[in-house]
Amino acid sequence: MKNVLGRFVPEGYEPFAGSGAYKDKKRIIIQEKKTSRGFEKLSSISQMFDRLGIKDGMTLSFHHHLRNGDFVLNMVAEEIKRRNLKNIKLAPSSIFPNNRILAELIENGNVTEIYTDYVNGPVAEAISRGKLKGMCVMHTHGGRPMAIESGALHIDVAILAVPAVDKDGNGTGTVGDSACGSLGYAESDLKYADKVVFVTDTLIDKAENPQLDGKYVDYVLKVDAIGDPKGIVSGTTKITKDPVGLKIARNTVKLLEELGLIEEGLSMQTGAGGTSLAVAYYVRNRMLEKGIKGSFASGGITGYFTDMLEEGLFKELYDVQCFDLKAVQSIGKNSAHHAMSGSRYANPYDDNVVDKLDFVILGATEIDLDFNVNVTTDSHGMIMGGSGGHSDTAHGAKVTVITTNLVKSRLPIIKEKVTTVTTPGEDVDVLVTERGIAINPRRQDLLERVKGSKLPIVPIEKLLEAAHKITGVPEKLKQSDKPVGVVVYRDGTVIDTIYKIREEGK
Amino acid sequence: MRRSLLFIPGNNPAMLQNCDVFDSDAVIIDLEDAVSVTEKDAARALVSEFLNAMAEQPPMELIIRINGLDTEYYPADLEAVVSDKIDTIMLPKATVEYLEKLDKLLSGIEKKKRMSKKIGVVPIVELAISVLQIEEIVKCPRVNGVLLGAEDLSGDVGVMRTKKGNEILYPRMRLAYACAAYKIDAIDTPFTDTNDNDALTEDCLFVNNLGFNAKAAIHPNQVPVINSVFVPAQKSIEWALRVEEAARQASLKGLGVFSLDGKMVDKPVIQRAENIIKKARKYNLI
Amino acid sequence: MKRGIAGSLESNDALITVKESDKLTITVKSIVYDFFHKQIEKVIRDTLKELGVEKIDVVCEDKGALDYTIKARLIVAVKKMEASE
Repeated sequence: MKNVLGRFVPEGYEPFAGSGAYKDKKRIIIQEKKTSRGFEKLSSISQMFDRLGIKDGMTLSFHHHLRNGDFVLNMVAEEIKRRNLKNIKLAPSSIFPNNRILAELIENGNVTEIYTDYVNGPVAEAISRGKLKGMCVMHTHGGRPMAIESGALHIDVAILAVPAVDKDGNGTGTVGDSACGSLGYAESDLKYADKVVFVTDTLIDKAENPQLDGKYVDYVLKVDAIGDPKGIVSGTTKITKDPVGLKIARNTVKLLEELGLIEEGLSMQTGAGGTSLAVAYYVRNRMLEKGIKGSFASGGITGYFTDMLEEGLFKELYDVQCFDLKAVQSIGKNSAHHAMSGSRYANPYDDNVVDKLDFVILGATEIDLDFNVNVTTDSHGMIMGGSGGHSDTAHGAKVTVITTNLVKSRLPIIKEKVTTVTTPGEDVDVLVTERGIAINPRRQDLLERVKGSKLPIVPIEKLLEAAHKITGVPEKLKQSDKPVGVVVYRDGTVIDTIYKIREEGK
Repeated sequence: MRRSLLFIPGNNPAMLQNCDVFDSDAVIIDLEDAVSVTEKDAARALVSEFLNAMAEQPPMELIIRINGLDTEYYPADLEAVVSDKIDTIMLPKATVEYLEKLDKLLSGIEKKKRMSKKIGVVPIVELAISVLQIEEIVKCPRVNGVLLGAEDLSGDVGVMRTKKGNEILYPRMRLAYACAAYKIDAIDTPFTDTNDNDALTEDCLFVNNLGFNAKAAIHPNQVPVINSVFVPAQKSIEWALRVEEAARQASLKGLGVFSLDGKMVDKPVIQRAENIIKKARKYNLI
Repeated sequence: MKRGIAGSLESNDALITVKESDKLTITVKSIVYDFFHKQIEKVIRDTLKELGVEKIDVVCEDKGALDYTIKARLIVAVKKMEASE
């Protein structure tokens, strides 16, 4: 079967029908898990498996707030391996390179299905090479809570790393050796999993304003360390020094200005990549020059945004995940810096934050002539990421801007057709590259606004032509026909299929 | 008329392929100091093939800095790069003698290659003797701008370079006046701290006031700063437009001299206003 | 044996190693192999033809270099080979 974008949808999945199609359906919410005060203490990971009866075929979920410094998913994986459990389904909100042990578990058939929003590194490669017996189902950050609350993604046990847990079982991310700030992606797991275990390295007397309510927790396991603080904060949260990236950022801000988006009360989100952060920084400078104040910024939060909050440039920050230490410190002390759940952030059926955004600045590994964006695979079809909040924010924000180099190591980023669709072109409005800006013809209103602009605004086809002039026309790659995963749009439908990569060449 | 001239190392393919995206008025592809002795051949071949492959003229002036006429490299440099694809040769360690020699060499190549273009020359003043010869240098054939090379010059004179630049005040002033007298570009020495754009702004404002109209950049991130300083400020553009309008009105009435905001406006003032407007139009500010 | 090397493994560059040989062999390793290896081979063949070299062993390790970069690196590598002892 093919979906509305002409992309193949494997048997058993519902095809994507448009980014607004969710509005015609009703929200489904299953019963929240039973709550109680009081929890049982566990003594080891192994005892946890025994006590909870973790066995073949179960679905275990995790969050990724400890990012590339997480120990908890790995500890559980070691135990699965030791016990040689089979057909385990894993549902971590993201998978990072330090979770490489999962590649081994996939190869051995211990883990046969994966549900995640983002996967990068050795595990992504194992999946792309067809080692996973079942499918890798790739959600969005907003689609995951929707899948969990509707019962589409049923979790037997949520094993949640929590930087500090108090006597009442309340969990917080703001204190402890592995403090990571917001724990937004854990909230749906907490409420809807059959059983919930908090794994922590810090027991405290009383958590202030705990994000995770202790009434949902069944077990608490104390270990020596839940993560490596060095890996928790991402290394990429600095403004780029690359002059091409800075030029793109400068032109992006000029364009935002011409579109009337840098005005009193603005709301915005950017990714944590170097170019996105440069955009945030230049927006800040323009706001100071114009003497205006914004309403809020959201998303994964970095120090650039906490600085802007402290300078009074935003009234509030909505934070689903802290990207750096400054953000972690800020969320612990600044009452205008709110932690939010993944559902509040981006669940299409929730009163979500993304729908209130004026503009969002996002990246792309590929973008095509229909403005479809790929951030899931590289041009070989190898998985190297995933939507995260890409398609959620693109749908919600009034204006979605993609910033990217036109050419990266001889590969044009613009394609006639992207290898994999992550975010549909109907939600992507502007592309800014170092050699020109393209506006989606669906947005005649934006094109109207920039009439007479001195910015280099051209049809996207012209940018593709310019790229080909530099690089030559790349040969077309044929995908294999063996699906290894599906890209699930935020409403639960399949927007594209991910295929096993071809091994020849190199 | 140039504002910014961006140096690009000749043996760096990554920089070379993006050299045209940074909005500088000129790109200087460097075969001299940015290229080590062991890489001279490689850089020359790369730049030559880069130029051969160039399908259309880039939107900015293309300058090649060759190795000095006191080296063994310059004949091969000229042979490899001089063609209709480039606009200008930048000559390091320039003296009157070398400039005259370069003119003859270029004429020979232009004739041999049947070029349609006459290549311009921008000498670098970076020897004490060149500072003294500046009035002759600006009169040399093909010279349409002069770059001050403060690093080598300080070395030649034996003084320390400082961020403030008192040690190069004399050469800066001489160069600015010589260029102004012959209506060619006075191009200031690059600002070497690529991480301090605030100090770069100050430096640009200072030399702009001395009479320089352009500055070389050694990092793409310096270009927007330079471009923004070496253009008329919004306030002077507004003033110039008002002068132009008032002058039009006055000439309708047959007046040569008139007053604006209580100040007398005569021909030199009108000329200055016209120059500002011309520049502002060129850089898309009106 | 006579050999010559030019270029680098920096991004957008290529490292080209050539050796004297009694036949023509071209080996291309590239980060964009699937998309451009035919084009890279073609540039190498065309350049060798221009240089009048028929028998040579060429190894090109490409980091996303454009055609003119590959050509320039090959020209210099061959020149260095010819000048070597």
